[in-house]
Amino acid sequence: MSAINSDYQKLTKDLTNHIRLNKSYLIWMTFLTLSLFACLYAYFIQLQTGLGVTGLRDFISWGMYISNFVFFVAVSLVGMLISAVLGMIGMKWITPLTRIAEIIAVAFSAVAGLVIVSDMGRPDRLINVFLYGRFQSPILWDVTVVTIYFLLSFLLYLIPMIPDIAITKKYNSNMPKILSILYKFLSFNWINKTEQNDIINKCVRTLLLLIIPTALAIHTVTSWLFAVTLRPGWDSTIFGPYFVSGAFVAGTSAVIIAMYFFSKNYKLQNYITEKHFDYIGKLLVLVSLVYLYFNINEFLVPGYKLKRAEAIHLMDLFTGENALLFWAVQLGGLIIPIVLLFFNKMRKPIPIMIIASFVFLGSWFKRYLIVVPTMENPFLPIQHVPLNFKTYSPTMIEVAVTLASFILVLMIISVLAKFFPVIPIHETAKEKGIIEE
Amino acid sequence: MDKKQEEEENNTRRGFLKKAGLIGAGAIAGAGAIYSALSFEKQKNVSGNKTKLLTQDNKLVEVDSLNIEFTEKAPLEVFQAQGREGIIGKKWVMIVDLSKCRNARKCVGACQSAHHLYPYQYHMNVLQMQENQETAFFNMPKPCQHCDNPPCVSVCPVDATFKRQDGIVLIDNERCIGCRFCMAACPYSARTFQWFDPKEAEKDKNIPYNIELNIPQKKGTITKCLFSADHLREDKLPYCVSACPNGVYYFGDENEDAVTNGTTKETVRLSQLLKDNAGYQLMPELGTKPRVYYLPPKNRTQDFKRTQDDIESKII
Repeated sequence: MSAINSDYQKLTKDLTNHIRLNKSYLIWMTFLTLSLFACLYAYFIQLQTGLGVTGLRDFISWGMYISNFVFFVAVSLVGMLISAVLGMIGMKWITPLTRIAEIIAVAFSAVAGLVIVSDMGRPDRLINVFLYGRFQSPILWDVTVVTIYFLLSFLLYLIPMIPDIAITKKYNSNMPKILSILYKFLSFNWINKTEQNDIINKCVRTLLLLIIPTALAIHTVTSWLFAVTLRPGWDSTIFGPYFVSGAFVAGTSAVIIAMYFFSKNYKLQNYITEKHFDYIGKLLVLVSLVYLYFNINEFLVPGYKLKRAEAIHLMDLFTGENALLFWAVQLGGLIIPIVLLFFNKMRKPIPIMIIASFVFLGSWFKRYLIVVPTMENPFLPIQHVPLNFKTYSPTMIEVAVTLASFILVLMIISVLAKFFPVIPIHETAKEKGIIEE
Repeated sequence: MDKKQEEEENNTRRGFLKKAGLIGAGAIAGAGAIYSALSFEKQKNVSGNKTKLLTQDNKLVEVDSLNIEFTEKAPLEVFQAQGREGIIGKKWVMIVDLSKCRNARKCVGACQSAHHLYPYQYHMNVLQMQENQETAFFNMPKPCQHCDNPPCVSVCPVDATFKRQDGIVLIDNERCIGCRFCMAACPYSARTFQWFDPKEAEKDKNIPYNIELNIPQKKGTITKCLFSADHLREDKLPYCVSACPNGVYYFGDENEDAVTNGTTKETVRLSQLLKDNAGYQLMPELGTKPRVYYLPPKNRTQDFKRTQDDIESKII
């Protein structure tokens, strides 16, 4: 009995040790806050002068902001993949990763909503979407499902954490006073009673069931923002699954980067082990192969026929202005990582983190390549307009506003991961047989 | 006893009659006073000059000119109501005869000055087209196609852009949120966005917004070809149509099967014109059902190559 107790104490100590205010955290958050304000100043300029401060013009009217929005929605999808899909088919190894996946889902889906506002010409009229909303517009569908997905992800983050909050409050002595008040409120008086755990389990199960169709919906609907138009490159029937499978690639790579960071900085190597990196590496290969399959469909079939408008678009990607970026993304962000990850050695923490970073970066540029080249090649020629109307290059303002969204994501992740246990304590204890069910 | 009772009864009856008489007289006098006062008031507001007015629901009414009150808010409401409804019974249609276009660009200029656009902003642009390397260049004026199945209207999240019963697709820049989904959806690149302060923003600031002219233009919103809906309401031809020196444009009502040439003012049968000249639509395979028809660029008298104008070397 005492052995079990000491195991339990070690577990809670290990998993709640990072919950304290330290100097490096304060420096990190100050740095993020200052950078955020610097970048928000760019948005202020945009509000004052107009969207003309971006590189967008009448023909390429969607650019970095929309690509970034698609990317954010994509990354957030991993919450559903890991917690719901893998969890429900009984994969036990995902336990220490579920909360990391949910943190990413919450942070990226919350900021995605703001990213889309930064692209609006009249953000002051946002309320019109609710006052005059027309339901045949995919934007309405997107607003609806992204909001629902964010709420579900947030609940799926919070509810399974109730036992852990109670445990942390009990065992962690070095947390700030204000946090301990919040903990008291959020632990809902959990004392490990069977009835309490039953309620939590039921809630989580319902949420997991709900989040699968919602997650599929958010990214399918996001793909429809493009697929419902007539433009070459977007006018595709496989855009839904193409986007969803791509989202799993982006999200899995984000989870790998976060795993590496947390295991190293919070000293969780005993909980996020090489085995976990190995398994999630295999998962990344699987989702990347599915994505590659959709890529082949998406480019080979129209490339075989080369209909006039499609041909202009595809030639631009294969051999034209955007070719360098296109091949860099397809090879460096998808094909080479797949090949490398086939090797056991490449699925060790450090190499897989580097590979995942390339995949993550590639995923961002992939969205850019989905949005911009299509707009650069409309059906009718672009004539009698200034030089910069014909091609798109993002301005510093756009880059800064986009950076702001990433900083915001980092801040949300930093706060959630700092003040709440990153790895499920109660769940891990149960699985290790340290406490009884 | 009986006598007494009788007397009392008589008294009460008499009293009643007396009172009733008084009240009656008073009432008549009062009514008379009110009546005379009313008619006096009435007389005061009659000048004898009647003015004919069109109500918001398009009914003609006659009002004494003294009774007309001017309100601050009314113009916007009127513009919005009539602008969203359209001109009843009409189905506007435009024919562009490509064989006649010499790229004079008078249509472009007239349009830009009517709608207060910068020189690089187009509701109407003349493109220089070449179908393939072997075929000749031709000029193609390109306004909004005012599609009967408009992709822009489908995707608008706030009903800012809409299709009217007379066939015109308009944009309400009082409601537009600037998401630019309509620009992405339009296969004809017909839409323009106000990336900066519009050209005459300061001057137009206090004009009530006319949805049929899209003035004042507003920063952060869409602007597009309106088939000159404000001119149509005044029984005039669109700005571009009447500005053309080369007889390129015909404009009219599909319901009447009649279109008028903007240059020669000659009115012809729409169906006959399309039949005789093999009229076609732009990219009909997309299913957008445009309301603009083109007549093929045959028998052109001049030959030319693609030219660039000054603006194409600038950065704005």
